[in-house]
Amino acid sequence: MAAVSLTVNGKPVTADVDPRTLLVQLLRENLRLTGTHVGCDTSQCGACVVHVNGKATKSCTVLALQLEGANVLTIEALAAPDGPLHPMQEAFRENHGLQCGYCTPGMIMTAVDIVRRKGNDLDDHTIREELEGNICRCTGYHNIVKAIAAGAKAMRGGASAPRAAE
Amino acid sequence: MNATGIGASVRRKEDRRFITGTGHYTDDINRPGQTYAYFLRSPHAHATIKSIDAKAASGMPGVLAVLTGTELAADKIGNLICGWMIHSKDGSPMKMAAHPALAVGKACHVGDSVAVVIGETLAQARDAVEKVKIDYAVLPAVADPAAAQKQGAPQIHDVAANNTIYQWHLGDAKAVDAAFKSAKHVTKLDIVNNRLVPNAIEPRAAIGDYDSGMGTFTLWNTTQNPHVARLVIAAFIGMAPEHKLRVIAPDVGGGFGSKIFIYPEEVVALWASKRVNRPVKWVCDRSEAFLADAHGRDHVTHAEMAFDGEGKIVGLRAKTIANLGAYMSTFSSSVPTYLYATLLSGQYEIPQIYCEVDAVYTNTVPVDAYRGAGRPEATFVVERLVEVGAREMGQDPAELRRKNFIKKFPHQTPVIMNYDAGDYNASLKKAMEIADTKGFAKRKRESARGGKLRGIGFSTYIEACGIAPSQAVGSLGAGVGLWESAEVRVNPTGSVEILTGSHAHGQGHETTFAQVVSERLGIPIDNISIVHGDTDKVQFGMGTYGSRSGAVGMSALVKALDKVEAKAKKVAAYMLEAAEGDIEFKDGKFSVAGTDKSAAWGDVTLNAYIAHKFSGQELEPGLKEGAFYDPTNFTFPAGCHICEVEVDTETGNTEIVAWTAVDDFGVIVNPMIVEGQVHGGIAQGVGQALCEGAVYDKDGQLVTGSFMDYCMPRADHLPTMNVETTFTKCPSNPLGIKGCGEAGAIAAPAAVINAITDAIGTENIAMPATPAAVWAALKKSNRMPQAA
Repeated sequence: MAAVSLTVNGKPVTADVDPRTLLVQLLRENLRLTGTHVGCDTSQCGACVVHVNGKATKSCTVLALQLEGANVLTIEALAAPDGPLHPMQEAFRENHGLQCGYCTPGMIMTAVDIVRRKGNDLDDHTIREELEGNICRCTGYHNIVKAIAAGAKAMRGGASAPRAAE
Repeated sequence: MNATGIGASVRRKEDRRFITGTGHYTDDINRPGQTYAYFLRSPHAHATIKSIDAKAASGMPGVLAVLTGTELAADKIGNLICGWMIHSKDGSPMKMAAHPALAVGKACHVGDSVAVVIGETLAQARDAVEKVKIDYAVLPAVADPAAAQKQGAPQIHDVAANNTIYQWHLGDAKAVDAAFKSAKHVTKLDIVNNRLVPNAIEPRAAIGDYDSGMGTFTLWNTTQNPHVARLVIAAFIGMAPEHKLRVIAPDVGGGFGSKIFIYPEEVVALWASKRVNRPVKWVCDRSEAFLADAHGRDHVTHAEMAFDGEGKIVGLRAKTIANLGAYMSTFSSSVPTYLYATLLSGQYEIPQIYCEVDAVYTNTVPVDAYRGAGRPEATFVVERLVEVGAREMGQDPAELRRKNFIKKFPHQTPVIMNYDAGDYNASLKKAMEIADTKGFAKRKRESARGGKLRGIGFSTYIEACGIAPSQAVGSLGAGVGLWESAEVRVNPTGSVEILTGSHAHGQGHETTFAQVVSERLGIPIDNISIVHGDTDKVQFGMGTYGSRSGAVGMSALVKALDKVEAKAKKVAAYMLEAAEGDIEFKDGKFSVAGTDKSAAWGDVTLNAYIAHKFSGQELEPGLKEGAFYDPTNFTFPAGCHICEVEVDTETGNTEIVAWTAVDDFGVIVNPMIVEGQVHGGIAQGVGQALCEGAVYDKDGQLVTGSFMDYCMPRADHLPTMNVETTFTKCPSNPLGIKGCGEAGAIAAPAAVINAITDAIGTENIAMPATPAAVWAALKKSNRMPQAA
């Protein structure tokens, strides 16, 4: 066992883990942050994407021990609890960008990172290319692409999107 | 229209937990004292298990048990079953081989579960599996279904000579032969419907939890039909009596059919939890899922369509070999028979149809229902034959379809189905307008100028959904009835809980079922919750597959709501001191006809429970009603999909440049959700046509065993889709719903392949039409772009 100290969702965390423990295992098993999912074992599906030091990272492909001192953000803390949703979360809901919901946390974390790198005006082609590392089996991506374009716009200037009416 | 009623694109109630990472999938659940199961799977496609030495593994740290088929048999745990009896044309029953949850004596496919280690941690269980020593004697294997029937092929099960499970047929062979003799033109095709891996993004998982004090089992499981799982595990596998087994299907991350079936792993998790007297959790790895989840499709077919001098279809015949893999999975026998051949009439008036199907064992993963299940295979046969027939006869493919469309309903096909309603010309016409087929020639010239070959392909598909009338399917061999149940529990304060036997794993039932209630009772959907996926809460249900939840599940709900309304009217009559027959219910209000006297929904529900206005002898207190709904017919969603592609002659890459879908689903509860279902179905159909395919080598090794090797459709494989509808009401259920979940997957493959073959000028291309396959076909066809 070996110790690792990092920040997860703004809180300092120290864990004593088997050296082979992956970040996603640390999150799911040790910290009970089960919003980050595992959909494959070859770093292909992107269900496990979280942000490490602000960048989208597949948490199934990094060892927990590699993250000494790192700052990790998961889907659970993208928006403040009981506060408004993050504009990208809201855009997924408003545009029906999810069905079973399993790939969704990874999709949303990836989408936020796409906006960070590519800006707020995203064309469909760019979004589809950027989603190369995220697989969805339910939606055919059509509404995910719409959601990301809308979410990107809504993130402009850090403003939150208005909550959609039922 | 009620803003949250039928027909409104209400945003989904379930979304908040999924977008905030607070859903509860099976792997998110942990039980106190939980242990972990890891399976040892056969690396060989076909091998005798000479011995298993578990001694070293048993001594590894954290190991609680190493279990094999020997212990399973000692505990009298029964075999997995196939629940649909098919008889061969000679009257003999299908040859169902024993399928123990852990192999006994021999392994029949790569991935066959041979032993399981239960460990304190997953890592310890995995480590110990590597120490289990198995002495295999490798046997020759066969993976190809046609080869499996040949003389001298390796025999997989003693019960099935020539590996043949059944030789089934449907239709009148003599009448079809006569029709073909009279024909002016016969189109012939050899078709391989490629084997697919369903790959729901949530891998399967199970937690077995035995309570020794109570003598009860609980199973958390990624299942589409928890009650069917409980029934099979209780009645056939004999784990526990039904009343002592609870099955919970929490949030389930996609199914597409693959989570219908009862698999070895959940049986072992339950059984092992009693053995070690602690909860046992199993979560499938993705690469393991390729070897452990039922695959789909895998047909080899020769099909012929006969036309008269005017291009009217006079007959169709097909001979199919269906690969069912190494064991018969839960419903596998029904897929290439009653879910396939019964749809070979397509949207067309075909006087005579004959279909023969041989189902075979091979040393491959079992094959069962996958989105569409038999209907995509049928549609591909029919829509390829029609398209190629039109090309061969020099006729316009759309016009040839139109000429042969069924126009009068009800229509009895020669293959069992009685189509109740439809307007196939309407969907074709609308799709052609939206796709601007008139402008295609111009677009083709523009593509040619850019060095690309443009093609257009149609698929006018039909499917049979809303499965199914229990008596009818019983007469065809089904081991279960296919009705659905619903219970409406009205609380004193007027909020409502709906218990349904349907199960959602992405379909949005928490929203759509609430919409049906909101429409009927005039209450907000936030006052309605949907309870499903727990056998301790919902009494019984048949689950979700075959696009049945709207047509069957919601019909049961309507029936229960009828009873609730009738009872509530009785309560209101006492409250309003009026005759029951004078009570009207509208927009959430009970009123006395012709007066201004009324009572609100919440007042009536409260009075139903406080029971102060009537005596218990006159009327039972409370407001809770249940119903079972058995369909009167299948439903028949149909439509037209048009795919337009550009093929790059340099690379063979196919780009889908436009997709038009016009579907008739009858009444639509939530258009946003229905469109999403169509998008997802098309994506799976495009995946089958362009990139997906499970490939076995000659030794029975799965070559495409991970997401690195098996090409899942990504966002950049798929186009923006134009999804529209036409409407004929389904006369076969109270809401007029036909179902929408599988349409895209059924329609899409033929549309894509018709478009590619149109572009490259040869019919000689198999699915998946990968760039390499298209490039090779292109070289043979010698069609290069002509600059206009």
